[in-house]
Order: sequence, then C-alpha cells, then structure tokens
Amino acid sequence: MTTLAPPAVRVSESRATRAGGRSGALIWLTLPALLMFTAFGIVPLLGVLALSFTTWDKIGPIQPSGLTSWTAVLRDPDLPHALWVTFLIMGLSWLVQTPLSILIGVFLAAHKRYRGFLAVLYFVPLLFSSAAIAIMYKSLLDPNFGVGSGPGMGLLRQDWLGDSTLAVGVLVFIVSWQYIPFHSLIYQGAVRAIPTTMYEASLIDGAGRVRQFFSITLPQLRYTIVTSSTLMVVGSLTLFDLIYVLTAGGPGDATLTLALDMYKTGFQADLMGPASAIAVILVLVGLIMSQLLRRLGGRGDESQQEGM
Amino acid sequence: MIGKALSRRHLLGLGVGAGAATALAACGSAGPGSAGGSSAATYWSLSGPPGEPARKAAIDRFNAANPDTKIAPLFFQNDAFKQKIKTSIGAGEGPTLVWGWGGGTLRSYVKAGQVDDLTDWFTQNPAIKDKLFPTSFAAGTVDGKIYGMPHESVQPILLYWNKNVFEQVGAEPPQSWGDIMALVPKFNAAGIAPFALGGQSRWTNMMWLELLLDRAAGPEVFDQVFAGEPNAWSHPAVLEMLNRVKQLVDAKGFIQGFSSIAADTHADQALLHTGRAAMMVHGSWSYGIQATQGGDFVKNGGLGYMNFPPVEGGKGDPTNQVGNPGHYLSIASNATPEAKEVGKKFLATLVDDKEPGEWIKTGNVPIIKGSDAQFAGQPNGEFLKFVYDLSINAKVFAQSWDQALSPTAAETLLDNIAKLFQGQVSPQQWVDNMNAVIGK
Repeated sequence: MTTLAPPAVRVSESRATRAGGRSGALIWLTLPALLMFTAFGIVPLLGVLALSFTTWDKIGPIQPSGLTSWTAVLRDPDLPHALWVTFLIMGLSWLVQTPLSILIGVFLAAHKRYRGFLAVLYFVPLLFSSAAIAIMYKSLLDPNFGVGSGPGMGLLRQDWLGDSTLAVGVLVFIVSWQYIPFHSLIYQGAVRAIPTTMYEASLIDGAGRVRQFFSITLPQLRYTIVTSSTLMVVGSLTLFDLIYVLTAGGPGDATLTLALDMYKTGFQADLMGPASAIAVILVLVGLIMSQLLRRLGGRGDESQQEGM
Repeated sequence: MIGKALSRRHLLGLGVGAGAATALAACGSAGPGSAGGSSAATYWSLSGPPGEPARKAAIDRFNAANPDTKIAPLFFQNDAFKQKIKTSIGAGEGPTLVWGWGGGTLRSYVKAGQVDDLTDWFTQNPAIKDKLFPTSFAAGTVDGKIYGMPHESVQPILLYWNKNVFEQVGAEPPQSWGDIMALVPKFNAAGIAPFALGGQSRWTNMMWLELLLDRAAGPEVFDQVFAGEPNAWSHPAVLEMLNRVKQLVDAKGFIQGFSSIAADTHADQALLHTGRAAMMVHGSWSYGIQATQGGDFVKNGGLGYMNFPPVEGGKGDPTNQVGNPGHYLSIASNATPEAKEVGKKFLATLVDDKEPGEWIKTGNVPIIKGSDAQFAGQPNGEFLKFVYDLSINAKVFAQSWDQALSPTAAETLLDNIAKLFQGQVSPQQWVDNMNAVIGK
C-alpha cells in the first residue's frame, strides 16, 4: 500500500498542474472569441436596450423618452397577436419537423449505398437561400399563374397565401421543407452513435424493428431531440426572410411574427424606440425558451454552440 | 436555426447604426461636401432607369458647362436608398442634393432642420418656377415654404381596361361608380375578374381609397388629415369611401387571391394583359410595363386607359389627380455654402431644353410645361399626351397618401387598408384606428 501511495500523489499533482495550465491557456484562447462576441453581440444588444428607452425617427436626434416606447409596445394589440403567430408557427413547425426528421434520420443512418444517394438528395433544400425558396414557392402558389393553372391541376388552385388559415399552413410547410434536411442530418449522426451492441442484445430478446425503434433508438435520441428542438424554437422566433418575401406578414396580419413586427416598426414606420423594445422582448423570449429546453434535456446540449 | 444569422445581423445593424449616429451627432462636424473640395456638390438618387440615365445626362451637361464646379452622383437601389438617406441625413452625413418623394419624409427633414428653405430662391428665379407644373409644388412645400424642387416626371393614377375582353362581354368602359358596380357581375358571370389587384403590396389598394375619397369630397378631407387636425378621418365622406370599397370587395370586384399578389412582380399587370381581369387602377407607369411585358397587347391597341370616373353625387372635381405629382430635390442645410451654390445652380439644369427629352425617351411625361411639343413621333405619343393633359389640367394633383404622411402614420394606414380589404377591420374601426395616428 505504501509503495503505491507516492505515485498516486504524484499523479494527482501533475494532473492538477496540467489541468490548471490547460485552463489558463484556454482563457487566453477564448479571448478573441470573447472580444468578438462582446463587440458584435453584447454591445449592440446593450445599444438596442438603450434605444428602447428613447425616441428616434432616424432623422432627428435620439431623445431619451423613458418608458414611452415600452408602454406603446406593451399596449399595442399587435404584440399579443404577433406573439401568438410566432408561437403558432413555432409549435406547428416543431410538430411537423421533429417526427419527420427523426424518421428520415433513422432511415438514412443505415449504411446502404442507395440511402447515401438519398441523403444527398434530401439535403438539397437546405442549400437554397430562404429568399430564393420564398420566391420559388410564391411563383408556384400564385393563384392565377401558379401550378394550379396547369392542366388537370385544378385541385392545387387555392388561394394559398391569400387565405389567413392556409397561409400559416403553407408557411409551416415551407419552413419544414427547408429545415428538415438539417435536422435529419443531426438525427442521422446521433443514430449512428448508438452502440450496435444494444440492437444485437435486443435482437436476442426477440425485439422487432418497431420495438427497437421505440425502446432503444428513441430514448437514446433524447438529448438530440432537445438540441434539435432548441434550434427549431430559436430559429422560429427569428424567422424573418422567408415570411417577408412570401407574405410580408399578410394577408392582413395573419402571418405577422414578432421579428416581422420589429422590422416593420423600425424600418417601415421609423419607430426605432418601440422596434428596439420588440427586439428586447424577442431576445428575452428566446432566452427563456432555450433555457426551458435546456432544463428539459439536462446537460445534453452542452456541446452545441447555439443557445441565444 | 431558421433565419437566425439574418436576424442577428439585423439586430447588429440596428445597434451599430444607433451607436454611429450618436457618435456623429455628438461631434457634429464634417458636413456634406467637405470631403470633395469646396466647389463640389454630392447628389444621391435611385439607380436604374428612368432616373439614373436621365440624371447622369443632366449632371454631365452641368459638369461640362461648369468646369470649375462639379457634381458627384451616387446611385442606390430603391430600398437601400430609403434606409441610407434617412440615416445619413440624420447623422449629418448626407449629400448636398437630397432626392426624395416629398411629403411626409420631407416634412421630417424640415422638422429636424436638415434641408434649406428654397422659397426665396424660387422668387429670385421665377423662370425656373414657371417652367414646372404648378400642381407639383404642393408635395414639396411644408408649412407654406418650398423645401423641395419638383423635377423628373408626373405619374397620375389611371383606370386601365382590356379592350379585348370588353368586346368579348359586350361592355362599355365605366363612366361612373354605378357603371363600375354594374360591370362587376357582368364580368364575373363571364368568368373574368372585374379588377386586377396586387393587394399584398398594400399601396395598390390605397389608390382606390385615394380616388374614391377625392371623387366624393375633393382633396380637402385628406388635406385636413395631412395638416394633423384631430379626428379628420371622421368626415362622413371617409365612411362613404370605405363602404364603397367594401361593397366592391364583397361583390367580388377584385380577382380571387388578390391579397397574395405582389405588385413588384407585375403579376397584377399580367392579369390585365392576359385578359384574366378586365380592368385595373394603377399608376401611369403601368403603360410601359404592359407594353414591354404584354407582348402585342399594347401594340395592337388592346389597352384602354381613362381618367377615374366620378361617383354619383360626389363633390370632388373629376379632373383632380392623385399619384406622383413629381419627385423632389432639396438642398442639405449643413452643406458648405460653396456646395449649396453648386447645388442651386444645378437646379436650373433640371429645366433646360435637353431635360424633357431624357424622360420622354423612357416613356415618362416630364414635369416641364410645353414638353408635349416633343411627344409627336414617339411610339407612345398619344398616351404621353393624355397623361400630360390630365396632369397639367388638374386643379389639384394630390400626392399618394403613404408618401404624403409620415412613415409612422403611413405604415398604420397601409396596414389598416390591407385589413379593410381582408375584412379584418370594419369601416368604422378603420376610421378610429386612423384617427389615433393623425399628426404622428
């Protein structure tokens, strides 16, 4: 026993110094990133916060105005509506994207040549820019010149983007079409990380494919689901370009999300104070949502950089 | 993940822009023109035809005639310009010559003390003032003083119709509001939409309100709104106008799906020249679009155009026009005296003999009196003459509401118009919502 003690102590000592040295170096290494984040993340954020307590029309001087912008925004009936639309699109696109992404991810995880080919094909939508996707779908769904005007396509001739209910549905569909490739990629990677021994053991116990999916794959994907959901939720909150090109918040205000409301208030109505207040609300909602999801998933998403 | 990068950049832009503006406001030194030497003036405007080539030609003429002075132009895309010009002027970093649409934005410049009063200059140069359409000055005038010189072209809003489908249905162009309402079931029965409309753009719907209010009550009602009089929208003619619009929407007067059609893709124009819609209310610029995108439609005489008809019992003069009575050029207050001199000298170039030709060439009607003498022999000469006569004979040529009002009030207006067409607000709610932003 005594002969073993010194090396043990030495090991722990050296481990301590090595660890200390490494963490010291790590702080230096994070400095550039921290500086960038402060300069381009924190400072503008504080700027927006400061701006929300002022009045500014972009031409005249910036004037402190206390809580006027905040009371204007909080009293505006557009805010609860925009929040509702934002959460509606968030919830619906989560409901559509998550199961489909998991199924596609699981399907693609198997090492088969034709699935490799399909994986490339499925990935294509993510390569397009949102604006291009929006313009493409806008043309396709045009009530007079879109796909519905083709021969024998009468069923597709709906007022897709001009009807309040349909427009929300179409939006969720297009968002899902664009981002399911990304999320299924995450799931594909996660499924491949599940030890094959678990499946071999279950096979011996007589589990079929469906049973394997529900008893092994899905529980093992728990943290991945949290990560993917966080990305979806935060992404939906800031969803802007696609809606702006596709419906510009219309018809009426049926697809007016919080991000769009912020843009219209700030850059179309020239009300920089209230727009900044909406931006702060957006940041807060995003922080709360991602923290909630983090709690739900424990520490499973710590390797992801996203989170704001 | 979705759109995240964009929105973050967005926030950054907002914050950085704010920071920069404060910093500049704090030091408040370098004004426009200071960089390019004392005898140089800067000029910012929109890129692309018709403005850019016509303006480049004028600047070239000016610079050639004045070798010791110089105007340096910069051209921006429409939306980029709108953002850039406001922020730059707010920061005291704008150009010497400020191009704009007049109305509400010009009023904000004036309120912030950013542009010069040109009234005296026009009194000293009556020859220049006399060359321009008199009705064009209203939108460049704030509180009785001229801050923006009208220039470029006039663009009233007209009623267009497709002669082919009118023939097919056996209908005559409407001479009154009653005729319009009577044509609606006729065209609907023939499976043709009565009116094309790019409703997603919102200002397209607004043109209907402008015309109907003017025909019913004349320009006074909106003038009161513009002057910021409390509850000015409560005038009975406003409810009458809103109810007319509602009737037309309810009678399926507009093409199905109009609220998802955006005007910037010209899908509304296509509806007219393909014969899917029989009529359209649109700016005079639509003629050029129909001619270039409609194949032989205009060439074969398929496009009819007319002044918007009167409404029954209306007090408004039917010769009144709404739309773009001109574009406006102002002089920045904090430019150097030398740069201002150059800028004012340049204003005279905008009414010289060469100027009208530059606009006629692009299919536009110059804002200059007597330019109709040059219409003969133009491929669209007849149309140019029609627009010229309409504009010069108008007792009042009112500016489009969204440009006349401040951006804040204009955004509320456009939102409420979209909701009215969508049935999301009643005419009375519309009036209440709009009264709440009068003077803002």
